Amino acid sequence: MTRYLRYLVPLAIFALLVALLFRGLSLDPKIVPSPLVGKPIPTFTLTRLDNPAVTISDADFKGKVSLLNVWATWCVSCRREHETLVQLAKTGQVEIYGLNYKDNREDANRWLAQLGNPYVANAFDSDGRVGIDWGVYGAPETFIIDREGIIRHKHIGPLTIEILNEEILPLVAKLKS
Amino acid sequence: MIPELGHLALILALSLALVLAIFPMIGSLNNTPGWIALARPAAWGQFFFIAIAFGCLVSSFLNDDFSVVYVAQNGNTLLPPVYKVSAVWGAHEGSLLLWVFILSGWTVAVSLLARHLPAVVLARVLSVMGLVSIGFLSFLLFTSNPFARVFPVPLEGGDLNPLLQDPGLAIHPPMLYMGYVGMSVAFSFAIAALIGGRLDAAWARWSRPWTTVAWMFLTIGITLGSWWAYNELGWGGWWFWDPVENASFMPWLAATALIHSLAVTEKRGAFKRWTVLLALLAFSLSLLGTFLVRSGVLTSVHAFASDPARGLFILIFLCIVIGGSLSLYAARAPSVTSGGRFDGFSRETLLLGNNLLLVIVTAFVLLGTLAPLIYDALDWGKISVGFPWFNRMFVIFTPFLVVLMGMGPLTRWKHQDPADLARQLRVALLISLGGGILAALPLLHEGSVWAGLAVMLSLWIVCSLLLSLRQRLRYRKGLAGLWQDLGAKGSGSYYGMVVAHFGVAVFIIGVTFVMQYNVEKDIRLSPGESTELAGYTLRFDGVQARQGPNYRADRGTVHILKGEREIALLQPEKRVYTVQTKPMTESGIDVGFTRDIYVSLGEGLGNGDWSMRLYYKPFIRWIWFGGLLIAIGGLLAASDRRYRIAVRDRVPASAALGNDGLIANGGS
Amino acid sequence: MNPMKPLIPILLLSLVIAAAPLPAAVTLESFTFPTKAEEQHFKDLLGQLRCLVCQNETLAESDADLAHDLRAEVYEIMKSGKNDQEVIDFLVKRYGDFVLYKPPVKPSTYLIWYGPFVLLAIAALLLVRAVGRQRQVQEPEISAEERKRLDRLLGDDAGKGKQG
Repeated sequence: MTRYLRYLVPLAIFALLVALLFRGLSLDPKIVPSPLVGKPIPTFTLTRLDNPAVTISDADFKGKVSLLNVWATWCVSCRREHETLVQLAKTGQVEIYGLNYKDNREDANRWLAQLGNPYVANAFDSDGRVGIDWGVYGAPETFIIDREGIIRHKHIGPLTIEILNEEILPLVAKLKS
Repeated sequence: MIPELGHLALILALSLALVLAIFPMIGSLNNTPGWIALARPAAWGQFFFIAIAFGCLVSSFLNDDFSVVYVAQNGNTLLPPVYKVSAVWGAHEGSLLLWVFILSGWTVAVSLLARHLPAVVLARVLSVMGLVSIGFLSFLLFTSNPFARVFPVPLEGGDLNPLLQDPGLAIHPPMLYMGYVGMSVAFSFAIAALIGGRLDAAWARWSRPWTTVAWMFLTIGITLGSWWAYNELGWGGWWFWDPVENASFMPWLAATALIHSLAVTEKRGAFKRWTVLLALLAFSLSLLGTFLVRSGVLTSVHAFASDPARGLFILIFLCIVIGGSLSLYAARAPSVTSGGRFDGFSRETLLLGNNLLLVIVTAFVLLGTLAPLIYDALDWGKISVGFPWFNRMFVIFTPFLVVLMGMGPLTRWKHQDPADLARQLRVALLISLGGGILAALPLLHEGSVWAGLAVMLSLWIVCSLLLSLRQRLRYRKGLAGLWQDLGAKGSGSYYGMVVAHFGVAVFIIGVTFVMQYNVEKDIRLSPGESTELAGYTLRFDGVQARQGPNYRADRGTVHILKGEREIALLQPEKRVYTVQTKPMTESGIDVGFTRDIYVSLGEGLGNGDWSMRLYYKPFIRWIWFGGLLIAIGGLLAASDRRYRIAVRDRVPASAALGNDGLIANGGS
Repeated sequence: MNPMKPLIPILLLSLVIAAAPLPAAVTLESFTFPTKAEEQHFKDLLGQLRCLVCQNETLAESDADLAHDLRAEVYEIMKSGKNDQEVIDFLVKRYGDFVLYKPPVKPSTYLIWYGPFVLLAIAALLLVRAVGRQRQVQEPEISAEERKRLDRLLGDDAGKGKQG
């Protein structure tokens, strides 16, 4: 019997390979999960987008469940995502903070005035230094932060209603309870 | 009208592929000569219709027929005619059409050149190729129709990716596909032999020239790709272990193992199971490459627009072709007899060792290529496996291969006295060790252990080749003797081996020296300013604007001086193509036998100042020269007289069919 | 093989499309170092780091905005006298092992670092067994009848052609 089994080895290896490749079809190789998930948010202090005299820092995230959305006016998919954020803000389910990434203060404020402002507050990161500490590599990105200020999840790419309902809001609800 | 004609031709080709895959195969199993005889006309018909389809797509490009989606995406009125033709294979759909076109071409070539085969065997071979063709034609027709129309018709096309507007890349894909698809011939011979239950010297003899030719094309294709990357990408690099590169390298490695293993099977009747497995492996890896490049499961520089639906289609096709052939192997292999006896130390053993090493190398290239996917799928974290890993593994494994490569040609079949071989190789060992140590010491040049190792390995190959030549020509005198020997039967294989192995020696020197002694310099220069690079003076004379057929360019002028004497004038360009508006670098390269000087333009920094990158690349040409020699070796081996004799003295097919009982008699 | 010169990128094959990045020559002349060796070291280090935006380019050559920022970041870290490991730690902490073209050696990567050697061991075992078996073979290589059939099929002296 073993004499015959030997010749099945190539077929078995191939079967494993097919299983792997099949799994691969439903994975996106471009998405790099953040090592910051499960870790406290990076410390930072930035000025507010709407008021350069006021600062916002990591301490502001303590004691509540919140989202941090990384966006910029030069980012095409951020515009697509914006409407979703505005709707989410209206429901009042979670506070949304913004990290305005490598942008121009004037442009960003005009954008919010025109398209609506879903954010509780926006941190203005003009040189992208804080973005690097958060491991941002392409706007839009959205972090879910719990009461202890620990990052619980990171979504890369624009949010949609489906993603909110399936991925973001259930986790927010769980963290709140 | 023309696109519809092309579409119709593809549908007809698919029906003929179905005929080819079904009837001759069944006919060969129940001995129906009428059905067997269908193989050849079906193969020709298929080729005819695919050629028409291909011609239709070419003509749509030449006529700027933007009502065809594919032409609208990849063509442009301003595109020079030669690139309008190469734009046919510039993206997914058209390159797939080229694939099936080449496959049908190989099928016809087999039906024409392999007429000495027993009709049953030929029918099975063609039939298996028809089966492969069905897969790709339906893939083309059902998921990637190159003739799909668009309305309203765009006024202008999206243009061919500027990266592909280069002579190197115009011919690189056809060469590469000749290699990939050529592996289907070895595969089909193997399947036919497994079905017939006869894995013998005849099978090895028949598939050898086909395998060698396909392998030669693959070698040329890979070499061209590397050369193109060096010229076109502005980074002076020639290989990056990108998944797409690995996709072409893995079948090459497997095919290299296969041509060596076929030699043993033909001459000694040994390794039959192993050889047939390698034949299946080489083509399977070609197909796997197609999947990896077109499904989007890996991030690659030059992946096609990825599409999971297409990925799923190819995966199912892989299951049928590879899964089916490996099942057939599992069923038939146990009844294959062992070949001729050989001793622990013999040429067979060395070749088996070489084969196993090549397969290990193939396996770890596959492992490294798929590792990001494996880790992602098993949730082990996201990793990258790049050139530092591949290079390190290669440096560990290739020396073993090279040592065997030196010993192989001097070793006897069946039995070799180790002491005798050691005596012969003593000189080679001394010379290579001495040369290696000299190169490693900082005497003539900055020393390097790696350069020393490379020189040692190359000298080892060269010396042992010379010893082998001396042994072969010991009864022939002088050049006349060599000339006489060149014409002898079996000499093509031998001299092919010599040239190809010599190519490997050249390649090793090129790779190592360019990595060890490469000098690069990033610099900002004002017009008239000079800089020094590895003993040369480079004088920058500013940048002028220039208008190309479909691009605007900034062309820099750089004079290269050795001492006071000007030796070259380089004109690197930075181009912006009108339609795709992304910047492209066209490097300026002064080509030399022992070094290249390479200049690529960076950014204009105002006041006529430019940033630029300069490279001194020692021995880089040797990389492609080595590749070329390897390919020439393949050509010599494939042109061996004994393959042609077999054609001339062919037995009538009917005789073979009637008397030899080649009709499926199971594996008994 | 150390020091690994960045083997620069890319290639080829067929073809491209949409998301394929086009190479734009990024030059690093604005980063200055007191010695050539340090400058080369900086380039070599960048050459082993993967850009997250154009995922098949190294940080040494990517023209992506983030790559420019990260190069500046790496430059500053190195300027402050820190070593390669600290640069790598800085990036891995933020972006994960994905940024390293050379994966770190740790239990989860033993598969890729030691896998090839396991294969080598298996192959060596197979070789010894196969050779051992083949030495026992007593039968003639090719039977006389088979020889005749082959000669007829090949139309020549295939079996006698052992001169190679």
